[in-house]
Amino acid sequence: MNFSYLTDPAHWDLSATGSIPNLILSHLGYTCLALLFGALIALPVGLYIGHTGKGSFIAINAGNAGRSLPTLGLLMLMVTLLGLGLLPVLIALTVLVIPPILTSAYAGMRNVDQRVVDAARGMGMRPWQVLTRVELPMALPVMFGGFRNGALQVVATATVAAAVGLGGLGRLLIDGLAVNDYSRVLAGAIVVAALAVLVDLFLALIQRLVVSPGLKGS
Amino acid sequence: MIEYLRNNSEIVWQALQEHLYLALLPILFGFVISLPLGYLAVRFTWLYHPLVNTFGVLYSIPSLALFVFLPVILGTKVLSPINVVVALTIYTVALLARTVADGLRSVDPVVAQAATAMGYRRTRRLIDVELPIALPVILAGLRVATVSNISLVSVGSLIGIGGLGQLFTRGFQLFYLEPILVGVVLSVLLAGIADLIIVLVQRAITPWTRAA
Repeated sequence: MNFSYLTDPAHWDLSATGSIPNLILSHLGYTCLALLFGALIALPVGLYIGHTGKGSFIAINAGNAGRSLPTLGLLMLMVTLLGLGLLPVLIALTVLVIPPILTSAYAGMRNVDQRVVDAARGMGMRPWQVLTRVELPMALPVMFGGFRNGALQVVATATVAAAVGLGGLGRLLIDGLAVNDYSRVLAGAIVVAALAVLVDLFLALIQRLVVSPGLKGS
Repeated sequence: MIEYLRNNSEIVWQALQEHLYLALLPILFGFVISLPLGYLAVRFTWLYHPLVNTFGVLYSIPSLALFVFLPVILGTKVLSPINVVVALTIYTVALLARTVADGLRSVDPVVAQAATAMGYRRTRRLIDVELPIALPVILAGLRVATVSNISLVSVGSLIGIGGLGQLFTRGFQLFYLEPILVGVVLSVLLAGIADLIIVLVQRAITPWTRAA
């Protein structure tokens, strides 16, 4: 095990292109954008299906269907169709995060105790209030589980962006491999794994802050 | 697509076979390793959280990094399929050991006590009572692991061994859509069929889940 690439201060210079902090930033950029678009598409659909119970079949099977799509193939397909750029990477990674977010939004909503919903209605809440003030807060822990799962997958998978010539921490893996510099590959692997753990911790912190204290016991 | 398949049937067929064994061998190994690991995590409760956390970290290592790194650790050749098999076995164990533990933990303690009272010893109780009850959870995990393994194999093509992934890199280098499309479709189909087989096996060996 040779940690020289990781510990060389020259590789930690933020201003240099291709330095580790720079690659971390572009990696996080892909991750955040994919999670954002994924959430924008999957959350409304998942919540709607969970709330109404219509189309449960889609929500249940979206998870497995999404997992079976090879991200590398999708990415190369998109690059061949659309040309090089950010868009193909974002499409491939967004497709990757939609299933866990959608499935967990659905499962979270379904898990809400129907008696609580009835009680909320009995207290005179309107459907919109039931959704936003009762169902959604109670579904949050499960939804966070899916979101964190998706985030973990994107952080690890965003490395394939480098395979089609883009940035992110995959550069360390692909370039290191190309020139047989295993110290660089090791640096890439360690930084990606550390980033995944940090992102998960960060999301766990947000989860602690936004999930109602009344739900933490369960 | 059909045209491409007709003209390149040999390459595609070979890629498909390679894909199949690169994905399924790790499932087999992973399953065999996960059963005792999952059991240990239940038997010794203090092991559960450390194990789950370790596997969480293992799972977050990008597959590409693992594929590239294993030759250095194992001393195998860079182009050896063993690297892909070992990497995917690690992912399978990371996923499955936890599901096995969760499945065994989901067994109602009352049922386990009843089995003990009927004279079952620990090992027999595990095999005859607890494992069958945990099967639906374990098989659900097996479905996830199988499907994600089948789609992960193709990343191996970046280091030269990747079954259907070879069609992706080939198409990408030539900027030619057909092979990529064929590879993606076949990979998804393969995952779908494998998933279906596990569902059918589950229906056959856990008939009681349908009665409820």
